[in-house]
Amino acid sequence: MMRARMLTAGSAEGPVLSLDEPLSFWGAFEPRTGKIIDVHHPQRGACVKDTVLVMTETRGSGSAPGAIAEAIRLGTAPVAIILAEADINLAVGAEVAATLYGRHCVMACVTAEELESLRGARWISIASDGVVTPAG
Amino acid sequence: MQLAARLVVKSAEIMGAERLIPISFAHLDACFYTGQAHVDFVRFLIENGASLAVETWTNNGVVSLADPGLRPRVEDPEMVEGAATLMHLYERLGTRPTWTCAPYQLPGGPKLGDHIAVGESNAVSYYNSVVGARTNKYGDYLDVACALTGLAPDAGLHRDEGRHAELHIDTTALPEQWRREDIFAHLIGHHAGRLSGRRVPVISGLFPDTPSFALKAISSAAASSGGVELWHAVGVTPEAPELASVFDTGDMHRVSAEDLARAHRDLSTAADGPLDAVALGTPHFGLVEFEALVRLFDGRKVKAGLPMLVSTSRGVREMARARGWIERLQASGVEVPVDVCTYHSPRVRGLTGRVMTNAAKWAYYAPGMLGVEVAFGSLKECVESAIRGEVWRDPALWTNA
Repeated sequence: MMRARMLTAGSAEGPVLSLDEPLSFWGAFEPRTGKIIDVHHPQRGACVKDTVLVMTETRGSGSAPGAIAEAIRLGTAPVAIILAEADINLAVGAEVAATLYGRHCVMACVTAEELESLRGARWISIASDGVVTPAG
Repeated sequence: MQLAARLVVKSAEIMGAERLIPISFAHLDACFYTGQAHVDFVRFLIENGASLAVETWTNNGVVSLADPGLRPRVEDPEMVEGAATLMHLYERLGTRPTWTCAPYQLPGGPKLGDHIAVGESNAVSYYNSVVGARTNKYGDYLDVACALTGLAPDAGLHRDEGRHAELHIDTTALPEQWRREDIFAHLIGHHAGRLSGRRVPVISGLFPDTPSFALKAISSAAASSGGVELWHAVGVTPEAPELASVFDTGDMHRVSAEDLARAHRDLSTAADGPLDAVALGTPHFGLVEFEALVRLFDGRKVKAGLPMLVSTSRGVREMARARGWIERLQASGVEVPVDVCTYHSPRVRGLTGRVMTNAAKWAYYAPGMLGVEVAFGSLKECVESAIRGEVWRDPALWTNA
């Protein structure tokens, strides 16, 4: 059983989008569409909306909290983000969006090995106690 | 206030801090509009009676409140409206409306050893390194949360052990004359950022009388090309009277002429030729730089029709105006916008095509953010090029040898 460290409270499930490289939520991501717009990112054009996003870490930007909060407000955000490196910016953005809009994006942190094992899954559910269950 | 406290506590948990420490100053980046959520956040705070616990200054905005004509409303009405609303709300929250990315150029800021909370990357780098105040890079909302609670997580660069250098960058093999040129600070800052990534570097070979604008250039360039939040310079910055004060063992890099040439090539994406604009003031121009600019122009004029923008803060512009410099520059055809920056935002009027700058930070971001080509040069090269309307290279400067 895999148990994640929960960076924000809640439970979620959805189809997996596994990113090969870190994503900056500001500059490389468009909150109005939920799409990755960075021309240098291998998954440019992919839409993160309603997915369980699996990636090692984000690329740091002080504007990332606003971008993730904006995406949560607009309903273009992932339902959950699973990382191997805990990320303050994303957790802060999600906390602000939960307070302002009552909408949630679950953020969870696992080990690098656990993260790799999740990449092949098609569907992941995260329970509020942190239990991560991959399927398919 | 509950939200602010939750954000600070949550970040402390994630950073592994055992306690929170009091801060005495904050500089906010959350006043820079990136979407409606920013407006909703500060409005929520005001409606819930939040008030600032410490002296709090503001980074530049997306629009200028002092010069509203700078960014025409037709361009993106929702953004222009939202950006101005956001700035007015932060004034209502009780901030000091400095609207500058270089707050350390204004009197009354933090001092050596003060714990502070700052978001803007070049200001984090300058306050930590040159002033010797202590801050991590606090992203949007967390910067505001620290200002409202007067607290920050006791972790990272707030602690002595986080401030040791992990990399020694030695410039002493380069000729002294090179190291005294203003362009050197931009090039070594860019190179140091590339080498360091997120590590803390210590640079040797800078002179004790290195002017503050050069230290600003290093701070901003290294924070752009890398993620440098603190750097030391032996015999220059306050925590590094000697190399051994900050560095025991770690990587060592000796800077060569080829390293600086590569940095220059990195920053200059355009071939030399006719110019479409000249953009100075990233981070915001300081008083000493204005004095140098007036001297270099010496009453001559920018080529007719060529936009030349020098971004600064309203505080510094007033100081320069009091000395008669703004009027002289305007007579030379130079515009001096305040409250805004010219790259980190949608297109500012007149910036297209081949643009010349002396700022490594502008040169680093503008090709991606604005889609322009950049000719990078010294301040003197920028002025002479502006007068000619095309890129001019200084034969006396070692970068052109």
